[in-house]
Amino acid sequence: MSDWDYAPAPESRELISLRSSYGLFINGGFTAPVDGGAFKTVNPATEEVLGEVAEAGPADVDRAVAAARRAQTEVWGPMRPAERAKYLYRIARIIQERSRELAVLESLDNGKPIKESRDIDLPLVAAHFFHYAGWADKLRHAGFGSDPQPLGVAGQIVPWNFPLLMAAWKLAPALATGNTCVLKPAETTPLSALLLAEILQQADLPPGVVNVLTGAGETGRLLVAHDGVDKIAFTGSTEVGKSIQRTIAGTRKRLTLELGGKAANVVFDDAPIDQAVEGIVNGIFFNQGHVCCAGSRLLVQENVAEAVLERLKRRLATLRLGDPLDKNTDIGAINSPVQLAKIRELSDVGDAEGAQRWQPPCQLPDRGYWFPPTLFTGVSQSHRIAREEIFGPVLSVLTFRTPDEAVAKANNSPYGLSAGVWTEKGSRILWMAQQLRAGVVWANTFNRFDPASPFGGYKESGFGREGGRHGLEAYLAQGNETMGPAKVAAEDSHDG
Amino acid sequence: MTTLVPAPGWMDDVTTSELALRRFLHGLAGVDQVGAEARASTLATRSIKREAKGWALDMAIRMTDLTTLEGNDTPGKVRALCAKALRPDPSDPEVPPVAAVCLYPDMVATAVQALAGGATAQAGEDGGRRVKVASVATAFPSGRAALATKLADVGDAVAAGADEVDMVIDRGAFLVGHYAQVLDEIRHVKAACGGAHLKVILETGELATLDNVRRASWLAMLGGADFIKTSTGKVGPASTPAVVLVMLEAVRDFADATGGAVGVKAAGGIRTAKDAVRYLVLVNETVGADWLTPDRFRFGASSLLNDLLMQRSKLRTGAYAGPDYFTLD
Repeated sequence: MSDWDYAPAPESRELISLRSSYGLFINGGFTAPVDGGAFKTVNPATEEVLGEVAEAGPADVDRAVAAARRAQTEVWGPMRPAERAKYLYRIARIIQERSRELAVLESLDNGKPIKESRDIDLPLVAAHFFHYAGWADKLRHAGFGSDPQPLGVAGQIVPWNFPLLMAAWKLAPALATGNTCVLKPAETTPLSALLLAEILQQADLPPGVVNVLTGAGETGRLLVAHDGVDKIAFTGSTEVGKSIQRTIAGTRKRLTLELGGKAANVVFDDAPIDQAVEGIVNGIFFNQGHVCCAGSRLLVQENVAEAVLERLKRRLATLRLGDPLDKNTDIGAINSPVQLAKIRELSDVGDAEGAQRWQPPCQLPDRGYWFPPTLFTGVSQSHRIAREEIFGPVLSVLTFRTPDEAVAKANNSPYGLSAGVWTEKGSRILWMAQQLRAGVVWANTFNRFDPASPFGGYKESGFGREGGRHGLEAYLAQGNETMGPAKVAAEDSHDG
Repeated sequence: MTTLVPAPGWMDDVTTSELALRRFLHGLAGVDQVGAEARASTLATRSIKREAKGWALDMAIRMTDLTTLEGNDTPGKVRALCAKALRPDPSDPEVPPVAAVCLYPDMVATAVQALAGGATAQAGEDGGRRVKVASVATAFPSGRAALATKLADVGDAVAAGADEVDMVIDRGAFLVGHYAQVLDEIRHVKAACGGAHLKVILETGELATLDNVRRASWLAMLGGADFIKTSTGKVGPASTPAVVLVMLEAVRDFADATGGAVGVKAAGGIRTAKDAVRYLVLVNETVGADWLTPDRFRFGASSLLNDLLMQRSKLRTGAYAGPDYFTLD
């Protein structure tokens, strides 16, 4: 019996129209940058240049922040909350309608499999807008005081791993609470945020309520340091997060950081083994491992380690790596040559430290940036691949003997974003959830997200929560904190 | 597999006593239902197109046990079914015959006669393959009869020329935990089958949990099943992707532990070619391409075949023919 080869099933690119160059989205319109800077964005699967994107300089940041301020004080802040909700609902619906288009663009620019952008990213993007639309006129009941006020202008910097989803996580709660936004997408993945800006135009969102500044690290630094910004929300590396915190120390700016992780995925001997193997795969190979909450450390109980690894290896051999637009692709491209170099470097360190590398037979495409699914066994706590975030499809496997040892090893990390527990014993799940110092603990699943569920870290994984009721707090003034010029309409002003 | 499945020689050990059997079955790794269903539905998103789809449709036809299990079955209806089994699409000799017809024991003789001489002269891998006669037995579908009666039922089917026997397990005994009784019955039926292949129907709709599906799968394989089969088709829910996934995992683990290859038959509720292709994806990505053969995977279905034929003709001609272009039997 010959193997059954699935024929190529590429999603059509005809749904989207790429432009040769993209401007900045400021005050409701697309505009050229003042100093004319630009950079290219490429498809990481083919190295094809997708387009030229404007690089925002100091004058552009000034313009965007000024537009956001004006919109906040004159339009968005004073608007009745129920009216704000209508805009958010409308944005959510248009995102649903145009989700195929957004998914294709996201996979092109990011390299993630269309299966994931279509079935995970986009449904969650719409769900976040729907969720926070519902909160807009119920803020008085959210537990943040009787008359919660917005902060003003939020500067929001999002990473390249979930470009649109992270934008939604930031924009939706900020807008629902009456803030206006200046969003900076990542340098390597700007396109979906610009298409979202078109959707905001289509939804007739008032000019200046959301502004999108494309650019690299320097644009982000300008935004963080800008006097007119009341709040910074950042998702990205711990290194950059620390530098942001230094920059805004001593200012009035509020800050939330969602940074790196090195999550432990803990498999006990009484786990549902087949589902645990799926959870391990989903934990580290979802989105090529470009996930801050990825289950990059597998902690497996000694007495099942061999059996789990055998199954895991067999499962990895079935993963389909290749064209991100093919509907049957499980593993897409690494987002950038810089990231690929980092993954290679840390994997080489793993070899040098004495861990054993295993990779399934896997044909990598000739062009583009690729790294095969990889696991390291014989890893110990002191290895760099057990401590540092690789942010790629590389799993470090460690073993433990007792539940206490599992907890000790899981918590012995500078990070604390997420963790997974696999056991059929309910009491052990609850005990582990109490013991683990991680913002999210998944039980018998991994990498599951829902807009109603708060997400965020401990320690070097950052602070503040995104999602759910908790996510509102990051965008609301607390106690007698007074925001400069921000204004908001009374919650229940029956002026209509 | 080292720790999840015991060492060689274990099969005799675990079946020595009710207690040993119970310990073994309850010592199997649990199944998380949410996770199993999520895996099955993820695999259902595989996009099977063009030549891959053509291959799958032909394979699904070759894997079909064309079934009629009704109180009002007649010899005439059985003969019509056999004609369809031999040549599913009279207008296209390229269409392969199905794997088997599946009937009540009293219809076996009629089917054997109708299929005799119909040994297909198909070219290719099916060359000379005979459409088999499968008979349900053991007081199908409830299994509520004395063992002697069940064995007589099996004896009748085999004597009439059945190639395959589809038995039902005693779900009542299984659910109260009398595993040894269930095992014993399977072994008796296996012995009564002689050279006929034994398919053991778990009736997963009555077992309710996926843990039970895994345990019953192992019990049937320990008893000597050549195939494990989801359902009678008389109880809902019948075959579901998650249930078949768990059965395929059990078959894979059994092969690891013993080297023995047990087949899986998904039966009941599978009506569309799209569903059938999804099951083939489950097989391919769970237990591997070695199981993509009628010897190791079957569909128990009646209305599925016409949709397979319709999709097959659509793939070749680019247009759908109306339902009247496919025979009703």
